[in-house]
Amino acid sequence: MSAVTANPMTQIGIERSPGLWALAWKRLMADRIAVVSMVIVIFFLLLSFAAFFGLVAKDWNREIAINYAPPTLFKDSHKPSSDTKAGAVDSGPAVDGAAAKPEFINDRDPLRDTINELKQQLGQSTGAAVDSGIKIVDPLADVMAELRKQLGRTGDGSAKVVEEKRLDYLPFGADKWGRDVLAKVIQGSETSILVGFAAAIVATIMGTLLGALAGYYGGKTDDALNWFYSIFSSIPYILLVLAIAAVLKQKGVVTVVLILGLTGWTAIFRLVRAEYLKHKARDYVRAANAIGASHSRRMFVHIFPNISHVVLVQLSLHVVLFIKSEVILSFLGFGVPVDVVSWGSMLNESQNELILGYWWQLAAATAFMAVLVTAFSLFTDALRDALDPKLK
Amino acid sequence: MTTPLLSVKNLRVKFRLDKKNSFDALKGISFDVMPNQTVALVGESGSGKSVTSLAVLGLLPKENATIDKASVIEFEGKNLLKFSNAEKRALRGSEISMIFQEPMSSLNPVLRVGYQIEEVLKEHMGLSGKAARDRAIALLTEVGIPEPSVKIDSYPHEMSGGQQQRVMIAMAIACEPKLLIADEPTTALDVTIQKQILDLIGDLQKKRGMSVLFITHDLAVVGDIADHVVVMRSGEIREQGAAKDVFAAPKDDYTRALLACRPAVDSRPKRLPVIDDFMAGRADAMRLEQRSRGVKDTDPVVLEVKGLCKDFVSRDGLFGKRVFHAAKDVSFKLRKGKTLGVVGESGSGKTTVGLTIMKLHDATKGEAWFDGKNIFAMNEKEFLPYKKRIQIIFQNPYASLNPRFTVGQIVCEPMVIHGIGANGEERATMAFELLAKVGLPEMSFYKYPHEFSGGQRQRIAIARCLTMKPELLICDESVSALDVSVQAQVLNLLQDLQDEFGMSYIFISHDLAVVKYMSDEVMVMSEGNVVEQGDSDAIYAAPQAAYTRKLLDSIPRGLVAAAG
Repeated sequence: MSAVTANPMTQIGIERSPGLWALAWKRLMADRIAVVSMVIVIFFLLLSFAAFFGLVAKDWNREIAINYAPPTLFKDSHKPSSDTKAGAVDSGPAVDGAAAKPEFINDRDPLRDTINELKQQLGQSTGAAVDSGIKIVDPLADVMAELRKQLGRTGDGSAKVVEEKRLDYLPFGADKWGRDVLAKVIQGSETSILVGFAAAIVATIMGTLLGALAGYYGGKTDDALNWFYSIFSSIPYILLVLAIAAVLKQKGVVTVVLILGLTGWTAIFRLVRAEYLKHKARDYVRAANAIGASHSRRMFVHIFPNISHVVLVQLSLHVVLFIKSEVILSFLGFGVPVDVVSWGSMLNESQNELILGYWWQLAAATAFMAVLVTAFSLFTDALRDALDPKLK
Repeated sequence: MTTPLLSVKNLRVKFRLDKKNSFDALKGISFDVMPNQTVALVGESGSGKSVTSLAVLGLLPKENATIDKASVIEFEGKNLLKFSNAEKRALRGSEISMIFQEPMSSLNPVLRVGYQIEEVLKEHMGLSGKAARDRAIALLTEVGIPEPSVKIDSYPHEMSGGQQQRVMIAMAIACEPKLLIADEPTTALDVTIQKQILDLIGDLQKKRGMSVLFITHDLAVVGDIADHVVVMRSGEIREQGAAKDVFAAPKDDYTRALLACRPAVDSRPKRLPVIDDFMAGRADAMRLEQRSRGVKDTDPVVLEVKGLCKDFVSRDGLFGKRVFHAAKDVSFKLRKGKTLGVVGESGSGKTTVGLTIMKLHDATKGEAWFDGKNIFAMNEKEFLPYKKRIQIIFQNPYASLNPRFTVGQIVCEPMVIHGIGANGEERATMAFELLAKVGLPEMSFYKYPHEFSGGQRQRIAIARCLTMKPELLICDESVSALDVSVQAQVLNLLQDLQDEFGMSYIFISHDLAVVKYMSDEVMVMSEGNVVEQGDSDAIYAAPQAAYTRKLLDSIPRGLVAAAG
């Protein structure tokens, strides 16, 4: 209220009492786990912001390594070799990719024969200096250039093998196209966190608004909204997702946000409605009525701050939930489009890779998600404790 | 000299508030409870009386409460503080048992009362099956539950508050304890029920020869039953001695103040003396100056209510309806600058009347003429300008202030809504004036309600009402939740404000003495009906209705009796 800020006593410098939020903050800071998890969450947020503004992982799409380059931190322990990646015949990678050095074959490579032919022409001796040596003497350069143009960037990465030096090993490994999994997972965090937060905000606003209306007004409004809720929650979740996806008709981050937001408000609605039911009968709301406060004032100025801790905790719980849901949606194929990377789409890709023993994309996405989700959940728990309005 | 049953020696309890601060709840208290004796522990909230009882039972929260090593609590010569948890558990319920304040929340609502009593018998006495049931019925008979063999199978919600408290007592005495600790057992009950329960505890104590440690904030209650009184204030014992001596010749100023600041039915001083007055030694002079009450026909009428009815309708089955008549045909006139007291037990409809006049409920039938207009016929919009002229102060000051607002926001809000004051600065200046008027420091403006005590919060609520300069103020049990000394301060404040602004009050309370002190006219209600109404002195001197007489008889007079 304006009166508080604009009054003469402020200049005298009377010490103000800490507000309830300040007390909650103090309690939160006293909780060691909360601080650690908050730091982790903030780190992830900064990471995804940086990715959003292109400060890190900007060129995640560049194919910098050989396809399925294995993860390692000790480059020197392996001898880089171009032979392994091309000439070998299908023998399949070892099941345990970490122990045995996997062999890199791409049986779908359309240029496999061409390259084999080139190899034969060049002879085995020049194999080590594949980049500079090949370029000069390549008799099929024109054909290759044409092929590359046709295949474009989405084409098989092996097409460029001859053009630039490919890394054999990356700290976190590479995916099918030789893209750095680390860059990919950072870029993916942007999408996943954006989707998680945006969808949670949509769901929270919807659930809070409807819950407030139902709980505060009661009667027919409550009945109507409860029916709506009951019908909504009686439809199987996947069916509901399919239905909304069908209505929205396009793939994209916004679609995912809307799908998750429009299906995820129900739990918040129930909780907020219950809180409003409880609070509207409280004396302070009656007192507000007695001094002439309007319905909307009572709903949002008086009651809302008193239940905001519930909403806040629900918001953060839903962020976690929706990050996981995005994964499921992408896994089912309703997620983000192919040119956008998210943790969900990475997991979706890795289901095929896993059979072949390429575990690192799965590991990276899972590890990032697990760390963030665990930190966020712990933080949410601590937040709930800190905001619990039991006072001395 | 017999050995005491319970002997508390130099008990010190510290509560840790946070890492650095701790709070001394008990600062070395000592007292004895003799066998077959009732000891009353009297004090206001925060005096440490409940902490004492919890310490005896070993129920203090382990995380933040520490008992000083030099403290001793001896029960039959054994130090309870040295007992292991299992030993303490064995003692609780069998040798020492406890009755709590709220019978509604102390009984498990989903279990039959018989089962809950039998559980105690099975646990401590090893009874089972039929034997336990028979014993439970015998206990219910003993505590005066009608038709015990039927009631044993009822659920707690099917019983009244008084009956629930009787069940709690039955559970407490089930194992024939040597010591019964009763923590404010009658505070949540109506005055007539309170008398019954006090009588019951007194009878049981005599019959069974057990000792009772009776904890209360109300000295008047104690006079009826206690042999020995211990008066506590902020963790210290101010005075202890035989009940007669303490009441007849209190040595400590604080005890005298506690005895005097509760309004009496037979005298009406201009101002109630409060603890500060006693400490300053000016109380005796204050008591002499009396206030005269009553209305004259020439006094202008502010509010006239005719035939107010309020029904609550609940659904019964698919199409059925159940109608509960909360107020039936209530009519009264309220005159300018005067107070109408409304008395009755819980469920009498007195609060319904107050809330309906404030239009927090819609009246089912009836008219209320205020300033030449029938406010019951108005819709919400038309009533808005009247809202600032009719105000209400609620019972529970802990619930009626929004915990997320600062006091400044709370006091300024009505001015913002009703457009009083030109800008924020002007409103803040007015708020500071009002806070000073209700006796709160300027600092309060920036604080939150949880930083204030109950009495201070009620002052904030009063300041909020005063911003609108109401002509009619409804006080709905406004002092019932407060300690007696604080209650006296708030009553004095209300009286001063009435004298200054000429406001009219509707004063709703279950406490007849308080109503007598405040009111010019009194209306007695029972089960939605007005039983009796008229001049307050006349009603108290010569009650016409049987119900009024019953209410008046139930006022604890032990204090007067003990003082002789």
